[in-house]
Amino acid sequence: MSVEIAEDRMAELTGDPDSGQLLEISMGPHHPSTHGVFRMNVTLEGERVVRLKPVFGYLHRNHEKIAENASYLAAIPYTDRLDYLCSMTNNWGYALAVEKLVGIAVPERAEYIRVIVAELTRLQNHASLIGFLLQDMGASGTPLMYAFREREKILDLFESLTGSRMMCNYMRFGGVRVDTTPEWLEEVQALVSRFPQFLDEFEKLLTENEILMSRTQGVGILPRELAINAGVTGPMLRASGVNYDIRKVDGYGIYDRFTFRVPLGEHGDVYDRYMMRALEMHESLKILEQALREITAGPVIDPKTRLRGLRPKAGEAYGRIESPKGELGFYLISNGTTEPYRYRVRPPSLINLTVLEDMCLGRSVADIVVILGSIDIVLGEVDR
Amino acid sequence: MLGKGILKGLVETARNFFGSYAEKERLTTVQFPEERLVQPEAARVFPFLLYDTDDAEKGLRCVACKICEVECPPKCITIEKSTEKKPDYAGNYAGKPQFYPAKFSIDVSVCMSCQICVEVCPFDAIKMDTAFELSTDDRFGGLLWEKDRLTKSNEYYHLIHPTEAAEVDAQLAGKKAKAEAKPAAAAATTGAAAAR
Repeated sequence: MSVEIAEDRMAELTGDPDSGQLLEISMGPHHPSTHGVFRMNVTLEGERVVRLKPVFGYLHRNHEKIAENASYLAAIPYTDRLDYLCSMTNNWGYALAVEKLVGIAVPERAEYIRVIVAELTRLQNHASLIGFLLQDMGASGTPLMYAFREREKILDLFESLTGSRMMCNYMRFGGVRVDTTPEWLEEVQALVSRFPQFLDEFEKLLTENEILMSRTQGVGILPRELAINAGVTGPMLRASGVNYDIRKVDGYGIYDRFTFRVPLGEHGDVYDRYMMRALEMHESLKILEQALREITAGPVIDPKTRLRGLRPKAGEAYGRIESPKGELGFYLISNGTTEPYRYRVRPPSLINLTVLEDMCLGRSVADIVVILGSIDIVLGEVDR
Repeated sequence: MLGKGILKGLVETARNFFGSYAEKERLTTVQFPEERLVQPEAARVFPFLLYDTDDAEKGLRCVACKICEVECPPKCITIEKSTEKKPDYAGNYAGKPQFYPAKFSIDVSVCMSCQICVEVCPFDAIKMDTAFELSTDDRFGGLLWEKDRLTKSNEYYHLIHPTEAAEVDAQLAGKKAKAEAKPAAAAATTGAAAAR
């Protein structure tokens, strides 16, 4: 591998592998590999990374303070803009926190619709993540375009349901905003039955590809203990072999009614993280099929639910969901007024990003790009 | 065999490439300005104000209650209430005169198209438009839309959101019938009391 070669040459030139000159480079913001305005201060010895310092905050929009100065309803469209690839799951996390705070029950049909849109979100997030990861490896175009072709179909469904492709603003505490039409559910069914074909295509294209394997296997290993200690969640944690999925652990919503597997990785390297996403898409499809089969008729929101001028009793609540990127939590403290006293988001992207340095040490610059791509970050959520 | 995975992948790309000539599903590109996708009915871009009848001033449904101004998350709506009242056209209040917005402006450079104004409006006076090609070179005045640009007729609403508009019309008709029945009933009871 490149690391050994660099060390050998260093030893050849200086007689001491540790005496090489260090080079500090600043990757980003707006570096083609950094998925948005994210900066890494990388210290290199030859090509080997000896230190990596992530720099956040270029996309800080004061989300938490804005929500503390807005009504409970007005915070929902802002949550769309956290992780702008998965607005539906962000809505759900926030709605869940408010429901816990106030104690609102959600009608059964709304729960099913929530599961359907959340799993569709997971599908499109994972598909585009794989596309981006391959893009970072230099497979410019093809896998990303295939992923976006499928993502577009899901976004079209979101648009016809909610009116917007990405900023859905769909869920409300106590249910969802509008009911689905039977035609919409049929379209979802058609998409679900066609999707495995795309997954097969994707896997034929990528999974056995020798270049992909040599770039990802054994790269960016995240040990199990470190993953747990650092609070890493989501597919990244499961790639390290920890069986922890909030859909199973909490069973929030109605997830305890569905049978699905939680795929687990063995090595915790980039390839495992790629496989986690591919396998989770299969499981999402299973959940979708069950939800579409079992969905019941009924109201999607209690008309008496107070959306405007909601005034929860003083107290606090933490709502958390398994977003496609990991544990997305919203922590709310109410002091009895129409605005939350404290509003805190636990963003999975930010916390998963904290182990970046540990995964990159000793690797080459080209590997940093791949490792960063496998974490699946969205800067809207990292910086808030 | 080394290279087998790559060959498999190449077969897949070839199938997509040639398949795009045969299958509609594989060819998804739309040549935008010439070809256009049909917008779904639920599409939303920026809000507009609804008026009934032909007169945008007299028929304006908005009664300047300022609920949307308060609830708007990015606070992009500014309303100035009128000093005098005008006759009510929508018939929500059985012809009682209502206030109207002397000034109603939306800063669309701030608006985030969340449609919370539409949800909270009790008078069905504000709805979401679907027009999206709105770029302008005037970034101050051109993006601060005043009442004259915001008002659209009910016919236009029926054109862009037919199902939703029909539902709203039915609801309004129901409300109007109720409001008209009330004073009639009240008049009947008072008449009966007087007779007694």
